Amino acid sequence: MKKNKNNANQHVAIIGGGIAGLEAARALLGLGYRPVIIEKSDRTGGHVADWHRLFPDMSPAKDIVERLRRETEGARTLLQTEIYAAGRLGNDYTLTLSDGNTLRAGAVLFSTGFDLFEAAKKEEYGYGIYDQVMTNADLERWFNGGGDKRLDGKEIRRIGFVHCVGSRDVKAGNAQCSKVCCITAIKQAIEMKEKFPDAEIWCFYMDLRLFGKKYEDFYIGAQRDYGIHFIRGRVSEVSENIEGRVIVKAEDTLAGKPVKVSLDVLVLMSGMVCNRQVHGLACQLSLGVDEDGFLKSRDNIASITESDNRGIFYAGAVTGPKTVPETLAEARSAALSIHAYLSAQ
Amino acid sequence: MIYKGKQKIWSDYQKEIPDDHWFYVRSCIRQSFFPGSERYFLGICRDMLGKDIHETEHHTTCGGIAYHSDTIPQETAMTIVARQFALMTEAGYKNLVASCITSFGNYTETLETWREFPELEARIRENLWKACRREFEKPEYVAHASDLVYKFRGEIAERAKYHLVDKETGEPLRIVEHIGCHYSKMFPHKGVGGAEYPCVLSGMAEAWGGKVIDYPERRHCCGFGFRQYLVQANRGYSVSNTHKKFESMEPYHPDVIITNCPGCPYFLDRWQYVIAEQTGKTYGRNGFGIPVLTYEELAGLVLGIDPWDLGLQIHQVAVEPLLDKIGIEYDPAKKYLGLNEKEIMKPGLPHVLRCC
Amino acid sequence: MMEFGFSLSPSSAVDLDKVDTSRFDRLVEMEPQARICIGCGSCSATCTAEPYSGMSVRKVLLGLQRGRDAEVDRMLAACMLCGKCTMVCPRGINTRHLILSLCRISGKGKEGKA
Repeated sequence: MKKNKNNANQHVAIIGGGIAGLEAARALLGLGYRPVIIEKSDRTGGHVADWHRLFPDMSPAKDIVERLRRETEGARTLLQTEIYAAGRLGNDYTLTLSDGNTLRAGAVLFSTGFDLFEAAKKEEYGYGIYDQVMTNADLERWFNGGGDKRLDGKEIRRIGFVHCVGSRDVKAGNAQCSKVCCITAIKQAIEMKEKFPDAEIWCFYMDLRLFGKKYEDFYIGAQRDYGIHFIRGRVSEVSENIEGRVIVKAEDTLAGKPVKVSLDVLVLMSGMVCNRQVHGLACQLSLGVDEDGFLKSRDNIASITESDNRGIFYAGAVTGPKTVPETLAEARSAALSIHAYLSAQ
Repeated sequence: MIYKGKQKIWSDYQKEIPDDHWFYVRSCIRQSFFPGSERYFLGICRDMLGKDIHETEHHTTCGGIAYHSDTIPQETAMTIVARQFALMTEAGYKNLVASCITSFGNYTETLETWREFPELEARIRENLWKACRREFEKPEYVAHASDLVYKFRGEIAERAKYHLVDKETGEPLRIVEHIGCHYSKMFPHKGVGGAEYPCVLSGMAEAWGGKVIDYPERRHCCGFGFRQYLVQANRGYSVSNTHKKFESMEPYHPDVIITNCPGCPYFLDRWQYVIAEQTGKTYGRNGFGIPVLTYEELAGLVLGIDPWDLGLQIHQVAVEPLLDKIGIEYDPAKKYLGLNEKEIMKPGLPHVLRCC
Repeated sequence: MMEFGFSLSPSSAVDLDKVDTSRFDRLVEMEPQARICIGCGSCSATCTAEPYSGMSVRKVLLGLQRGRDAEVDRMLAACMLCGKCTMVCPRGINTRHLILSLCRISGKGKEGKA
């Protein structure tokens, strides 16, 4: 595709500086646009910047985030900036920012991502109540060198992973599958086995959804090479015994028997839920919101990166749980759609 | 255990409990199981705190036992409940307080069912009118009596004669709290503290000086059920659930178990005798059991009411080790004397479980 | 002792803290593939012995990890070693060989007799 020549000064507002926003900005810069990344936190990279290594190749998350940051240096990035109001002005959109400025853009990309489910909402799992219960995000922080008193200096011989925490859980308000937790649990189980070679590890799952490239290999490896046990059954209740260890109850549905196990640490795989903060903006711009709270694409097959409103586009987990490669692919796809849209103006 | 995490949950599940003017409905079984409990609930609320608690001799069972034993349909249970509401309305009250957890669950379940299915409420109103020509307003608030004692726990603490501490060491007593299943498992928002970490009893225990134990099977049902106990052939699995709880709490050496249900304290108390006979095992110190008290009995002890006036001699497990530990004065010779020091019969002592 | 007409019921719950998996561990040493079963049930569905005896390779592997050794031995004794399970296993586990190894560990069944 030709680079944009006529509209080189046209701004594209990118809401959210996670990997979707960065990748889209990178592609738009390459096409000759001036993307403006609006990020509410004090750094770009989103959730991926908090992660340590990425499945299935165990590539460092830092590498991809740093590469994206480097390659988007040409884009204007507004950190710690929120959007107070948004509206349409002729063919353009105007965004009123928390820094007092107004941004006028020919197109707007929502790359606002997801929220991690608050594990404490599943009260029965005891996150924030029982000492040795942590989340997938806590574990990644620890892998990244952040200290954690649940693990540092502790003798860890028995570890559990609970899949689907806040996902596929209508009562928790999230009917959707978070897509990445099965493979993340397997990845983290392997990493924990490497850190604690004598530990026994159990993964409690409802279904194992290992759809992506190399995921199934990863699963076989976890079973065969690392001896990780997989129990098909959702954890019903977590408690703490007198030694401060975690007691987990579930049913082994393949054996048809209830099982109980005591663990030194339990990791809850918090799922992806919609980013509710974006609903206000979506409302101002009359964007559709799906039942699951994620923003509604024009079409879930042919136009996943497009909204019903001309000039507004989506990339990544704003429309539903996505993997990193899916998010990056959508970001590039959205950049091309934006280019096609602006070129036709 | 992260205490702050529990406090966070407790703050999410605080229900509004009006301060005064309650219509009180008793339990069918508590007066024979725990003869002092309801009396001292009224004593504490009316005489000590000056609250207006009204009751009428016209009220009946809530139908809960029959309903949970599958001997009457839900519609009949609801009509019985509607009649209690009618008595409340006739007496000019809007707040209903139930002595029994299953009644509380039954009233709550009925109101929630009517909220979802208003046509059912209309039918029950018609049933009630046909049956006894009564009409009713729905209560504005439904509380369990333990909610009120929880609300007044500070006032009780201010008047406390004894605290839940070991008089020798000054250490807080180790207290197991057991919540009746029908208190908040069906409707977590109707219980103080929710269903996973209720604070209705732990709040009392802490306010009166004790330390609450969170053991692995804390949330487990006492095993009573209804048909599960009422049919003899099923009692094995009823007692097995109680056994599971005792095995789980044993390492913590609890001094006392407090409860807010009619069935739980009865079974947690009596099954200790059965378990001792069948397995030879006891869970208290020196061959004794772990005393199981209702929250009213505990409040009564804290306020300095005589243990035998509270009816503690009716319990299977001897309460004397607990009384001695706190330093509560009592006369062992008067244990089996009734009203006006009338001789009531003395029970035979079990073989394994040590009793006084 | 007092006769109550009822007694404590045995629990069917599996306490993974107490399960003895030494037989499974020895099997894994001989047959590393034992770990990669996904519990799909193809082996049981095709088994000659299953409908008449309850034999199931899936249940054998799970039973060894849940402390159900007596059941495992009963199942093994019913195996006809026809090899149909090996043909259908999607993970390519040599189930026939695995059964023979297990019999050797247990000192029972087909190999035990030999």
